[in-house]
Amino acid sequence: MNDVSGICVRELTRRFGDTVAVDALSFDVHRGELFGIVGPDGAGKTTTLRMLAGVLRPSAGDASLAGVSVVANPEGVKQTIAYMSQRFGLYADLTVMENLDFYADLYRVPKAERAARVERLFEFSNLGPFKDRLAGKLSGGMKQKLGLSCALVHQPQILLLDEPTFGVDPISRRDLWLIVHDMVAQGVTVVVSTAYMDEAERFDRVALLYHGRLLALDTPTALSKALHGVVLVVELADARAAQRLLRDHPRVIRAVLFGDQLHVVVASAHEAPTIEAELRAANLPPHRIKAMPATMEDVFIERMSEAA
Amino acid sequence: MTQAVPAVVAESLTRVFGDFVAVDRVSFEVATGEIFGFLGPNGAGKTTTIKMLAGLLLPSSGRGSVAGFDIATQSDEIKRNIGYMSQLFSLYGDLTVAENIAFFSGMYSLPRLRRAERRDWALEVAGLAGQADRITRDLPLGFKQRLALGCAVLHEPSVLFLDEPTSGVDPLSRRRFWELIDTLTEAGTTVFVSTHYMEEAEYCDRLALMNRGKLIALDTPARLRANVREPLLELQTNDGPKTVEALRDLPGVLEAAMFGRAVHVAVTDRTRAERSIRSRLTERGLLLQSLQEVAPSLEDTFVAEVRAAGGAPVD
Repeated sequence: MNDVSGICVRELTRRFGDTVAVDALSFDVHRGELFGIVGPDGAGKTTTLRMLAGVLRPSAGDASLAGVSVVANPEGVKQTIAYMSQRFGLYADLTVMENLDFYADLYRVPKAERAARVERLFEFSNLGPFKDRLAGKLSGGMKQKLGLSCALVHQPQILLLDEPTFGVDPISRRDLWLIVHDMVAQGVTVVVSTAYMDEAERFDRVALLYHGRLLALDTPTALSKALHGVVLVVELADARAAQRLLRDHPRVIRAVLFGDQLHVVVASAHEAPTIEAELRAANLPPHRIKAMPATMEDVFIERMSEAA
Repeated sequence: MTQAVPAVVAESLTRVFGDFVAVDRVSFEVATGEIFGFLGPNGAGKTTTIKMLAGLLLPSSGRGSVAGFDIATQSDEIKRNIGYMSQLFSLYGDLTVAENIAFFSGMYSLPRLRRAERRDWALEVAGLAGQADRITRDLPLGFKQRLALGCAVLHEPSVLFLDEPTSGVDPLSRRRFWELIDTLTEAGTTVFVSTHYMEEAEYCDRLALMNRGKLIALDTPARLRANVREPLLELQTNDGPKTVEALRDLPGVLEAAMFGRAVHVAVTDRTRAERSIRSRLTERGLLLQSLQEVAPSLEDTFVAEVRAAGGAPVD
């Protein structure tokens, strides 16, 4: 590949006994891109990131990060990247500041650069007021932010984050995203894994992973546009009764509840009058029916069914 | 759907630990057959509230009832009439599916005569009919979750507590899970869901939002969204993080956060904010590429309510 500061993955495979956790994955991540690996638990997200981080040897295939091969030079890879695993090693009995200092020493960050670097990380993490608190006494969200900050005390070219938002409340999640975007703005290539489909639209491009295989790879908008059919959002008083009525209807591909709305996937927007008539006939008159772009869940389900 | 006694009642429910008020005069009612969502940042008092309702922790003051039983005086009856399942709910991985079901039948003291019938029901809802002898560890996650749910309701509890129940499953399994919840609520089970994830919150009939021990909002997802009065602007600029930094202390700006490459800014007044945003960005040398008003997501709603209630607890 010509873009040496990105990531190039070729036929990357990892087997554990008889299980193929990651099955001949190939894709490129461009320099400065915010790239999402999205899939349920067991899809192979963690195994992929561990191989990219140079901590797990591939069974076959290779990947290069900023031009360095994970097979030929795993130690070299570790120096150009920052990697935050799900169980990032924070020292519970050290303070926030001591943890940051520890990682700065580990990465040999020059003393002169440290203060500015830490200041910048505090700006977005809101951890400044807690710098003297023991890491073991932080809440889950704050621990995640400290883990990310520790991974970023050196100036990596590539940042790999394994499910950084898992178990984190929406308020702390915003701080995490801000830190990530600050890295992107500085030209860092960032790969983030998540099991949450609704986070997919935050990425420049998304790889949908399932059973170790790539289901799809594109921008969120392109993936949504490529869906076969149209999503009709139906608002009505009893969405559940409407779902029971429509889910086995021959013209309906899928009918799914989203809270008090019903999402009906049909072949084209021309089906809307048919759907409306069906609902009226069953005494379930809709307040409103409108066509909407597909959600990442719709896309994932379609690709899953195609792959099966 | 409703009956005389609501399935869950909390009246000025309060719990104090030393001088810390974990739950502060919380009142709400959950109707029979309702799916009731419970949201809030870490440390908001959700878990403490649930522990009191489950009869695991006595309130400092106030009262509550679950399935008609008083939480302070009838905690044993409550424990027999509720079910509990979480993402971390541990089925025994090295037991077979049938052995797990038998274990929970025993734990809930199910009458011998009913055990076979309930076992078949649990196998059916988990999609594991004919697979009773499989080792639980080897099942795909979606099946494990439905088996865990089946085990949690073997004793047909009238109220079911779920803690981030579908975290990490694929969307198809998640939909099957909620369809199963739907069948339970149609049969009169009341479901109480605690979660950080809007994907799960969207499935609830009503949502209660807690912050700093207090109940700060309670309504249907649609009405909660409609209640957000402050306009939300979506900005595209040449540098998102610098834009957030430049705007978040600007008068009239309530919140600035990244959303993908765009910046979402909640403001008090659109016209005035737009003017001050434009001049602040110019001052900081940032290039505004587009600005438009967008509808708040459920997550924006959540953040707005928490902010209006004084912000998330700092640890």
